[in-house]
Amino acid sequence: MSAVSEPTSTSTNKAVAATSFKAAPRRDRGVEKRSSPLWGIAAWLVGLVFVAPVLWMVLTSFHSEVDAASNPPAVFAALTLDGYRTFFGNNPWPPLINSATASVISTLFVLVLAIPAAYALSVKPVKRWTDVMFFLLSTKFLPIVAGLLPLFLFAKLTGLLDNIWLLVLLYTAMNLPIAVWMMRSFLAEVPTEMLEAASLDGAGLITVLRKIIAPVALPGIAATALICFIFSWNELLLARTLTSVVAGTAPSFLTGFATSQGLFLAQVCAASFAVSLPVLAAGFAAQDKLVQGLSMGAVK
Amino acid sequence: MSSTTAPPGTGSELSREQATVYEPPPGDLARSKRAARLRRLPLLPALIFVIVATQLPFLATIIISFTSWNALAPDDRRFIGFDNYVTVFTNPANRDAVLTTIVLTATVVGVSLVLGTLIALLLDRKFFGRGAVRTMMIAPFLIVPVAAALLWKHALLNPSFGLFNGLIRSVWDLFGAADPPQIAWLTRFPLLAIEASLIWQWTPFMMLIILAGLQSKPGDVVEAARVDGASSWQIFRYITFPHLRRYLELGGLLGAIYIVQNFDAVFTMTAGSLGTANLPYTIYATFFQQQSYGLASAQGVVTVIGTIIIATFALKTVSSLFEEENA
Repeated sequence: MSAVSEPTSTSTNKAVAATSFKAAPRRDRGVEKRSSPLWGIAAWLVGLVFVAPVLWMVLTSFHSEVDAASNPPAVFAALTLDGYRTFFGNNPWPPLINSATASVISTLFVLVLAIPAAYALSVKPVKRWTDVMFFLLSTKFLPIVAGLLPLFLFAKLTGLLDNIWLLVLLYTAMNLPIAVWMMRSFLAEVPTEMLEAASLDGAGLITVLRKIIAPVALPGIAATALICFIFSWNELLLARTLTSVVAGTAPSFLTGFATSQGLFLAQVCAASFAVSLPVLAAGFAAQDKLVQGLSMGAVK
Repeated sequence: MSSTTAPPGTGSELSREQATVYEPPPGDLARSKRAARLRRLPLLPALIFVIVATQLPFLATIIISFTSWNALAPDDRRFIGFDNYVTVFTNPANRDAVLTTIVLTATVVGVSLVLGTLIALLLDRKFFGRGAVRTMMIAPFLIVPVAAALLWKHALLNPSFGLFNGLIRSVWDLFGAADPPQIAWLTRFPLLAIEASLIWQWTPFMMLIILAGLQSKPGDVVEAARVDGASSWQIFRYITFPHLRRYLELGGLLGAIYIVQNFDAVFTMTAGSLGTANLPYTIYATFFQQQSYGLASAQGVVTVIGTIIIATFALKTVSSLFEEENA
């Protein structure tokens, strides 16, 4: 299998390709022309296999319950909004609003705490900043389930059980280490020479933040926010343990949704798709930075 | 893992170190101390918040793990030493949970890593619609985990109207054959079904990390090797693979950290029945159904110790990437 192809045109090695060997890409394109159709077809097939369950979920969500439960599958059955009508008829708004509240507010808290922290770990680093980084990372390796019982007892004691603000705080803590790692990797790209030049010119902190750091950091902040949002929106264990009727979130609502008897496939698909929609939107929006966030900034 | 225990003392150690190492004149010392404090200031809120929210609960878990405490008999609460840990390691159900966790994690991480690498190698080439295929590949990872579990349980694996049995019937019908096999996937292969759904979700994650690795490989070295007449296999074996190794390790270890903790799929697809209860689900059940707080805490501590073993390797890998960046 010929595994190595041409230097790709991604940002990471664009610079290498541009400076080191300007002639190479053209010759490579010749090689690629001969080998590409089959590889392209294979890649398309694999992509279709992976996306097929998602497409099947979307298609089924627009079928009637009878068509959804037919075997062999009724691919070309008439489309209907009944599944969504049932889903929205079950009053999913409180859980959806709870999820939105917990995800959006915890993400804001995360940014407020993570941006200054990342600044103190990259632009003007404290001593032993790597120790701090690795401590933050090590907290991610602590399974949430190991702290579940004390959190439950604490919530019961303080009356925070079934209160969305408890989830807001816990989601903030859950995402903060990832956000600091991500933000540090973005802020590390701020050119130090420019910072030095600015401080020589007598620029104040506000000017430096606005003119030099913000342009580099803003796309990073957006990506960090989207990834924190996704993790909070997806979370189930804490939500199930610490909330019930009042503060239950959308994933928690989903787990209870499928227990109904009779024909329910179309409504389950509609509910699953509706609840996944914000994550799909956020994920595709952050597509280019997704890997950087998921690997906590270790991979660019 | 020294890093876990270091931070609470970090602040004071820092200034002491500064005072002894540098020994600047008295006025400068005060100024540099103030400067150091100013530098630490933006870091402290985040650090304190993380310590309070993640370390304190775990500390409490350790303490509770040495007590006999059942919520159904709240008056009989006493210190019992390591008895809960003895139960964790001698009770067959608990040992099975450990084994299930290991099998589940190793299978999902291993298979998605191999698939992810192969797909990344495909996507590293230029072809028509590469962006579209990449987007299609990412989609499974962007389905809410509970929704993905429901999708697999009901829409794909359901024995009477799931897509898999439906496709089998369609193929049989196509050839005019009678009595197509209709398999009760989830009851016959419960753990495999959970693994399949997780592999479907995690392969895109591995693919993204490996693809990032492929795209950062040293293009000039590859080119030089090619000019020197190296074959594609040689280039892969001696240049691409050693470069990728780090990314493979990173993907594997990060995947392991997330999948060891998996709760959503086990809870939604089988509710821990049919031998699929992993440690997180078992802890959840011990806590909620048996209400045995002491035992659940001991299970939690054991899980953490297991995770720390994996995490030590993970930290090493990440730190090597980190050093590369700083170099």
